[in-house]
Formats: sequence, C-alpha cells, structure tokens
Amino acid sequence: MANLASEFLGIRSPNPFWLASAPPTDKEYNVRRAFEAGWGGVVWKTLGLDGAPVVNVSGPRYGAIYGPDRRLIGLNNIELITDRPLDVNLREIKAVKRDYPDRALVVSLMVPCDEDSWKFILRQVEETGADGVELNFGCPHGMAERGMGSAVGQVPEYIEMVTRWVKQNSRMPCIVKLTPNITDIRRPAEAARRGGADAVSLINTINSITSVDLDLFAPEPTIDGKGTHGGYCGPAVKPIALNMVAEIARNPETRGLPISGIGGVSTWRDAAEFMALGASNVQVCTAVMTYGFKIVEEMISGLSDYLDAKGLESPAQIVGRAVPNVTDWQYLNLNYTTKAVIDQDSCIKCGRCHIACEDTSHQAIAIGPDRTFVVKDEDCVACNLCVDVCPVEGCITMKELPEGSVDPRTGKVVGPYGNWTTHPNNPMAAEPAE
Amino acid sequence: MSSSQRRPGVVPGRLDPADYAAAFADCAPPLDPHRARVAADRCYFCHDAPCTAACPTGIDIPLFIRQIATGTPEAAARTILSANILGGTCARVCPTEVLCEGNCVRVAAGEAPVEIGLLQRFATDRAMAAPQPFTRAAATGRRIAVVGAGPAGLACAHRLAMLGHEVTIHEARPRPGGLNEYGLAAYKMVDDFAAREIDWLMGIGGITIEHGRVLGADLNLADLRDGFDAVFLGLGLGGTNALDCPGADLAEPATDFIARLRQADDLSEVPVGRRVVVIGGGMTAIDAAVQARLLGAEDVAIVYRRDRDAMPASEHEQDHATSAGVRIVECAAPKALARTDAGIAVAFAYTEAGPDGLVVTDETFTLTADQVFTAIGQTLLPPEGFETQRGRIAIGPAGRTSVPGVWAGGDCAQGGEELTVTAVAQGRDAALDIHASLQG
Repeated sequence: MANLASEFLGIRSPNPFWLASAPPTDKEYNVRRAFEAGWGGVVWKTLGLDGAPVVNVSGPRYGAIYGPDRRLIGLNNIELITDRPLDVNLREIKAVKRDYPDRALVVSLMVPCDEDSWKFILRQVEETGADGVELNFGCPHGMAERGMGSAVGQVPEYIEMVTRWVKQNSRMPCIVKLTPNITDIRRPAEAARRGGADAVSLINTINSITSVDLDLFAPEPTIDGKGTHGGYCGPAVKPIALNMVAEIARNPETRGLPISGIGGVSTWRDAAEFMALGASNVQVCTAVMTYGFKIVEEMISGLSDYLDAKGLESPAQIVGRAVPNVTDWQYLNLNYTTKAVIDQDSCIKCGRCHIACEDTSHQAIAIGPDRTFVVKDEDCVACNLCVDVCPVEGCITMKELPEGSVDPRTGKVVGPYGNWTTHPNNPMAAEPAE
Repeated sequence: MSSSQRRPGVVPGRLDPADYAAAFADCAPPLDPHRARVAADRCYFCHDAPCTAACPTGIDIPLFIRQIATGTPEAAARTILSANILGGTCARVCPTEVLCEGNCVRVAAGEAPVEIGLLQRFATDRAMAAPQPFTRAAATGRRIAVVGAGPAGLACAHRLAMLGHEVTIHEARPRPGGLNEYGLAAYKMVDDFAAREIDWLMGIGGITIEHGRVLGADLNLADLRDGFDAVFLGLGLGGTNALDCPGADLAEPATDFIARLRQADDLSEVPVGRRVVVIGGGMTAIDAAVQARLLGAEDVAIVYRRDRDAMPASEHEQDHATSAGVRIVECAAPKALARTDAGIAVAFAYTEAGPDGLVVTDETFTLTADQVFTAIGQTLLPPEGFETQRGRIAIGPAGRTSVPGVWAGGDCAQGGEELTVTAVAQGRDAALDIHASLQG
C-alpha cells in the first residue's frame, strides 16, 4: 500500500491534504478536530497586526451557487482575516503544534506593507513552533481596500519586496499565496521567486458576485440592502486554478518552484489532478465547509488506491507528471483527426447531440428513422460538443482516424504530426527543415 | 381489521368515521417546491421530445419543466394550459406510465422517468390559485352549442370562449364535469378538484351551462342546429355493457358504484359488500375494486377473462390495485350469477387463448360475493342521423361529423380512447375547426 507521507519545503505531514487558511482553521477547536479526522496539515487562518482585531459583518458572509438538489458548487465569502486577538491565536497555535508534532502547521499572515510590521509578526509566529508562514497576498475583499491582501498580490514589485523582508527576517519556510485576480499568474509567481519565496500557493478566491436579489436589486450576500464583491471558491473554480498551477509549473522562470495547489479541491481525484500539474500538496476549504472534516478519509483511501493501481509508492511520484503534456496551442498536432461515434445500443434518443450540433455547431448529426442519431463524418469537425452534452456516459466517443486514411470532411489523407508553426496557412511559419 | 369489516352483506360504515379521510387521501401527494426543483432538474430538455409526442394534447413538456426549474411555475402552467385547459385533472389521472412518462428517455436509460405528472400538478396547482390566465378575443357574435359538460365539451367551450364566441353547454346531469366529476377515482381527485377546476375554467366568461338537458329528450339536434352557429357533441358514453349470462341482473355497473361514491357527501354512508367481485380489466374495474377496498370491503377480486398482460389497465394500475389488497384473477369468464343464502354465487370458467381467439374451458370455479360489479365497457346510445364507426360517432380529423355544422369529440366520438386527455385534445381541436369554419 502506498505511503501518503508528504514533505513540502521540509515540512512533514502524514498526507498531502492540508486545510487552507480559512474559517475551518480559525481556532484551536476546529484545528484539533481536523487533525483528529486525519488531515495532514493546516494553514492557520490569517493573522493580522496586534491591537484592535478586525471586525466582520454580522449579516451573511457567504453566498452560494447550486447545482441540482442544492449541491453546492460555488461559494463566495466576504469574511475578513481572523477577528480574534493575536495573542489568543498564537497561544492556540503553540498548543496545537505541541500536541500534533507530526502534522504540518503553517501560519497565514497579512500585515501592512512596512518591514517593521512583518518583523514583529514573524518573531511572534516563530515562538509558537509553527512550521512555516504563508503570505496572504490574495484576499480580494475588505483587506484589499486597506492596501493588503490582493492589493499586494496584484503588484509584483510589492510581492517581491514583502517576500524579501520575510526571508530576511525569518528562518521559517515562506509560501506566497497568489491571487487569481490578475491577467497573467506567472508574473506574481516570478516576483515571489525573486523575493526568495520557498513556494507559492494558489489560487486564492476570485472576485465575484454570486447572484442578485431581483426583489431588492442588490447583490448577494446582501447586508442591509447592499452587497460587495466577495471571493469565489469551491468546485466551480477548479478549472481556473488547474490552469494557473500548470502555467507556473511549466513557466521557465518559475519551473521547480514548489506549489501548494488550492481551488475547488473536493476529492482525491481533484488532489491528484493538481499534483499531476505540479502541485506538491493541496489545500482544501469549501469541501470541508460543505461536508465536514470526514471527507479526508475518502481522499486518503482514494489517492492510496490510485497509487497502488498505478504501481506507485508515493504521491511525490505523480507530482508534475502531466506538466510536459501542457503545451501551447501552436504545438498541438493539427493532423490528429477524430470523428464522433454514437453507440446506438446505449443511446436513449434524447436528441441533445443533434440539436446542439444542428443549432450551434456543424450540422453533423442526422436524425434517422425511429429517432436514430447518426454522425455525418463528412461534416464532423470532432469538436466534442455532442460528447459533452450527451447525458449517457460513454455513449458518444471520439474515434481516431489512422494516419494514411482519408478524412471524409476534407477529402485529405491524415498525415503525420504537424503543428501550426509549420502549417502552410501560417504566415509566420518556420521554414520546414531540409 | 375492524369488526365492522367482517359484517355480512352490503352495509355502510365499515371503517371508523375518522379513517375515511386517510383511506381516500391523495394517492399521489403533491411535490413541495424543493422536490419539484429536484424532479425538474432531471429533465434532459430533449430535442423534439418523445414525452410531448406521446401527449395527446401535445403539451410542450420540456419547456414547462424548464420553467419550473427556473422558478417560474406560473409560466409553466401557461405552457400546459394553453395546450390543455384541464391540465390539472390530467396531471392527476393521466396514465402517464404509458404516455409522457412511459416515453421519457430516462426509462430507456434504465432509470425512473422524470415525474412529469407530478410536475404538471405542481405548476397547475399554482396557476389555479389565481384566476384562469386566458383572455377572450373580441366578441364574434357567434353562438355555439356544446352538448355535454365533460372534458371534451369543457375544453371545446373554453377554447371557443377564448376565440370570442358565446357558448351554451347543455348537460344532462346536475353537476358539470362528466367523468371528471362522476367517473374518476376519488383518491385521484381529492378536495372536490373537478368542481374547483370547472369554476376556475368558467372564469374566462362567455360560457353558460344549462343542466338537466338531455339530448333526445328535452333537447333535439334540429333545434340546436337552428338556434346556434355550430354544435359540438361531447356526450360521453351513456350506456354500459351488461353481462351475457344467466343472473346478469344481479350485477351492477361499476360506473354506478363509482358515481355514487364520488357524489356522496359522507363516504361512511356508502354501502359496500364484505366480499366484492369486479368483472372486467380496465381502469374502471381497478377504480371500483380499489375503492371498494378503501371503503372497508374485506375481500375484493377483479376477474378478467384474459391474462394480466392483456388487461387494458396498465401495469402501474394493476400494481396499485394489488398493493391495495385487491386480488386479480386472470383468464376467467363469468358463466352464471345466482343468489344463494351465502350471497351472490358467480360461476366462472377458465379461458385459454386459442388460435381463433379466447376459448372457454370446462374447468369452472365459483366466487361468492355480496356485491358484483361489471366493468366490461360502456356503449354509446348514438343520436340518430350520424354515421358511426365501431359504435362511436364517426369524425374527421378536426371532429367534423357526417352532419354539417356538427362536431363531436371525447368518448362518444371515434378515436376517443376513453381518456380525459384525448377528450380535451378533441374538444380543443374541434373548437379551432369550428372557429375556422365560422371565420370562413
């Protein structure tokens, strides 16, 4: 059986499943329950400066997007960093770390952009025995208006500056948490590396308004008739997070920089996907806020079984395995040709493939007698829309045309690998090698 | 079992008075908003949907379900009611298992179908909390006579009223609704639903109902044709088939029993036998047998001359009967009924399917009952002067009969199928054709 033990920046944990800095890690009570449930580590909810604690709203903090049967697929929050006194948090962190020495305990931090503030807080955290710090450059609401959180994460120079202060003033491993609310995730990651960050974690939440109350004409969650953008998270954001993780993993400037993957991780499979794209471990929040801490049992058994089935011994062996297969569009094989094939035995004749193709694609699925749906190979461009809208798993598949056969749509022979960089239609095409 | 269930003979009050309400409660309780949302989410919004194709009134089912899923049940109801003004009744009584739901692609996927009937009820119940949503076109000055206030006549009248015509419905019985009021099982039409639906439907205006008007007695076709611009016949089936065997008069038509039960103010006053035999295999047989059980009959048997696969009642209906404790005896035909000291002895002979049809064998058995009902079909007492087809008034595609200016629909007409939903479709289509012919 695979050993899920994980080491991230020298921080050991019994598995690569950590809880992200968020409400589930705001205090000792929750974190002890998480460790008892089996979580490998936590990033303690973000601490701020000493003094009067921040104040949260006393109305709703969360808004939700649902799938069928009120299945929570997206969550938005306007909660700020911890609203508990600094000394209470520090005392609890110390106690928990003492009692769970085998678990990872990283502390998230957010203080104003001056070196003294960082020196102060780092000294306090070091005394707790915590394993490391995570710099919260990601929160998009509230604190950003005060020049912290994503207000720092959106300016690479600030990231670099603060990261450097942290590294100069602490021996602790330093993870920089990135905001996705930027145009190119590689730039802040590069800045973190230049500042000396040991790792990046991503993504933090995405600026969002979950919905609008059409009676009040106010965004939700609504506080006394008004709303503000919050941070979006949960399963709905996973594709965005996966792409950003992969971009950093394959960027020559940041390649090799350890990544902690965050963003809609809900199952062992999500975790494995993040890891395949370069994350060394994952952080979870919305899934436990939906179902409680117990889901880690499924994540442990699932990842373990997967590794066993693949003949692997450690999660580290899948980290980054999919990165070489993430490429630019221009390198995709334009001669790779497939056609949709509908399995008539499993087809339930709903007609969704037909209407999707007929109304919105290439008119490549005909209705035959008795509602038989058949792909017209001469019109099928293999867009995959029929596969995506078919309600029956495996009913429509894409079949590859072998090299040398003729594509009925183009009348041309399927050739060997060839991409855009050498394509005759590309005015910038490189001269084919002699 | 209460001791009153074992009282011999045909007596009322077999249940405790407090137990009738539970026994005759809604057999398919309505969906709450959350369950409706979950049920609606299961719809695939099929292209050219098989459920709609299977609906005699052609309700755009995927559209109304999507309207429910997006929180607009009133819009869903308009989608339903614009095709089928009695969508509320149809949601309750349609054999959805052989119509829309039976054709749901989820069934082909090996799953339960989308609960179309319950979703339709969810939407129409909300619409019926408000006045009926349709308005009338400018008055045409045309007057149309409708004979029969059953589903066909009501659907025809409502559509004609929408189109701006004035409608007089001539109804033989004291209450409107036809089989909705007198014939459907009580547990499908709880809380006086038939009457409430008609009150709501009549809200469109322009429709008058005259009761106690019987075609061929105090009403004749020639006068209607003279006095109105067009005539629609939605007469239903006035007669019932009787057994063709000795002692046939000891049995009572099941429809009479059901009508008595539906019209009772107090179900504890409806007498029922301790032992009941129902002869037949259609919906009427099921409804009579199940309701006899619900009234407290101890032993109820449906006896059908062919096997269960051949029963006109669907498998779902048969299961409903057997789960209510009704015994279904298949392949047996009645030979004779005789009154004995123990009750009515009904002698049956087993049948076998032969190459030339059903063969009655020599093997017999006898069931003794306190009450025997027949549900072996109803017949039309056709008005004179009409061409008929297999005992029904012959009609063209839009309900035109052989008599100029007279349309027909519902059970009295060819193709009626004895379903509420078919009657509604025929009444509606006849109205459109009447309108077109009057415009022409």
